[in-house]
Amino acid sequence: MSKATLATIWLDGCSGCHMSLLDMDERLIELSPQFELVYSPLVDAKVLPRNVDVALVEGSVSSDEDEHKIRLIRSRARILVSLGDCAVTGNVPAMRNSFPVDALLHRVYIENATLQQQVPTERLPVLLKRVRPVHEVVTVDVFVPGCPPSADTIYSVLKELLAGRVPDIAALSRFGI
Amino acid sequence: MGKTITIDPITRIEGHAKITLQLDDQGEVSEAYFHTTQLRGFEKFVEGRPYYEMPYLMERICGICPVSHLLASAKACDALLAMKVPPAAGKLRRILELAQLIQSHALSFFYLSSPDFLMGMDADPKERNIFGVVAKHPELGHGGIRLRQFGQQVIETLAGKRVHPGWVVPGGVNEPLSVEKRDKLLADIPEVIEIAQKALTWFKRELESFREEIRTFANFPSLFMGLVTVDERAGFYEGKIRFTDSLGNIVADKLEAAQYQEYLGEAVEPFTFMKFPYYKPLGYPDGIYRVGPLARLNLVDNCGTPLAQQEWVEFRSLERNAVLSSFHYHYARLIEILFAIEHIQEYLLDPIITKKQARYTASLNNLEGVGCCEAPRGTLIHHYRVDEQGLITWANLIIATGHNNLAMNRGILQAARHFVRSDKLTEGMLNRVEAVIRAFDPCLSCSTHADGHMPLHLRLVSPDGKLLDELRRTP
Ligand code: SF4
Repeated sequence: MSKATLATIWLDGCSGCHMSLLDMDERLIELSPQFELVYSPLVDAKVLPRNVDVALVEGSVSSDEDEHKIRLIRSRARILVSLGDCAVTGNVPAMRNSFPVDALLHRVYIENATLQQQVPTERLPVLLKRVRPVHEVVTVDVFVPGCPPSADTIYSVLKELLAGRVPDIAALSRFGI
Repeated sequence: MGKTITIDPITRIEGHAKITLQLDDQGEVSEAYFHTTQLRGFEKFVEGRPYYEMPYLMERICGICPVSHLLASAKACDALLAMKVPPAAGKLRRILELAQLIQSHALSFFYLSSPDFLMGMDADPKERNIFGVVAKHPELGHGGIRLRQFGQQVIETLAGKRVHPGWVVPGGVNEPLSVEKRDKLLADIPEVIEIAQKALTWFKRELESFREEIRTFANFPSLFMGLVTVDERAGFYEGKIRFTDSLGNIVADKLEAAQYQEYLGEAVEPFTFMKFPYYKPLGYPDGIYRVGPLARLNLVDNCGTPLAQQEWVEFRSLERNAVLSSFHYHYARLIEILFAIEHIQEYLLDPIITKKQARYTASLNNLEGVGCCEAPRGTLIHHYRVDEQGLITWANLIIATGHNNLAMNRGILQAARHFVRSDKLTEGMLNRVEAVIRAFDPCLSCSTHADGHMPLHLRLVSPDGKLLDELRRTP
């Protein structure tokens, strides 16, 4: 059997879902013969390859870069997993939706700065007016709620997906926690 | 006009960022920029929310060091209530902070950076990761996984959950530690001490082969800043702010974190969402300083726990005064892991630790509060203002990684000038520039965001438009 290709992607999240993935500890190594991690903050690939079997996506869509990235991922991944509440609902990042982007930028770079107050824009992404969950932008195949989903949940999800089955999430995790 | 090289995204760091190297007409690197590309806006969107929500909301700034945000936030709330916490709670919070230090440093050292040491800076990028490390150097690889697991298990045992635990509340913690749990934690200590010591022994031997990196990875004089306790140890949960210089002299001491605005300024540059804190008396950018493991070991005259103390003495003998190479952040991180394990043991053995009284209550007494602690990456400050109802009206956060922003930018320029030969680019050259950033272990989810649809694709074009060299990093 050829190895499944796995990608893990980080949009607007806190990395906690990735930490929960690492919290599988030795189980990550135990599963590793079954997959090749082709793109992830943990490895050195700079480009998302064309054919990814499973893509785990942490975080919500909050900038033009995120939007571009998630569309690219969708076009290259067979199974796209929304991992964690930020990806599934918008969660914490979406809390900024009740404020205009300008107010955010003003607070951080004008009001709470002492020198050279200005809004940074050079070679930087543009924040979207509204932060959105992943499925508002592209089709999502599997939703795994939790903030973050526990390591046990992620382990079960991965194991099932690598075995070619769709995991029963309701039995594994719930929102928040 | 010269050309630019973009390294995007920087990999094996905690977050997403990119580097631009600007070349002059001679093809020499003239400028280097470290771009962090996210803004999340916590400082604004917490407005209108009750203060007691802050610890749980603020820890979601970062999944790598949630405990530091949890504690800085809870301490800011303690200040709003004008209260102290029970003695047991103070120690329990300290253990939590040190446990996180262990897991976070283990992540940085073993999962993210050790591939560079064990597989080599020029190794095949496909192998240069934790899986490669475990396959080729099982003892160190598994040891690293175990150390991180230990830190997370301590957090889980105390606080119920590994990432984003509750438990810490304004006024203390909401459940005392049972004797059974304490004993379970104590039982693991000898094993992890041994792992940490072995890693140190191995790494010290390796240092020889990284002379060039040690010399050029952000190796320059700067100030160092961090918390120091009343008994002159590096403070993680408590202490006052000290600045020292590269000669080891104390520049400023016993500064109250709550008065940070008097001595810290924050400048903005157009190319990054991360601000640039600086030491006000020296101005910008001369007020450059470093924080985190290297700074903490440079700030004090003793380490405080027996095994770590021996290592500290050896570390400080690397240079006559302060240790200046940022490559040694890695070394300092291993010493701090050892220190944290020993220190956790000390706290667990203190009979106070299982006392039942773990929380006091009070109502709002102040309309402004500052909370500060040392996150794994350096000093973290949360500053809130609330109205009479306890709803947040304003917040400012100074994030550990931010303090190192000036040093990281200067550091990649130094390394790029040394390693990048623009007439013949290699992947290893660029990996070294990235490795400078890894040494600082920036936690970019704290201040940044995902970026990276532009692959690493370098094209070097001569002034007449001829393609001189090209390099792609593909999976
Ligand atoms: S779901 Fe929770 S843990 Fe995951 S990225 Fe969002 S805030 Fe972090």
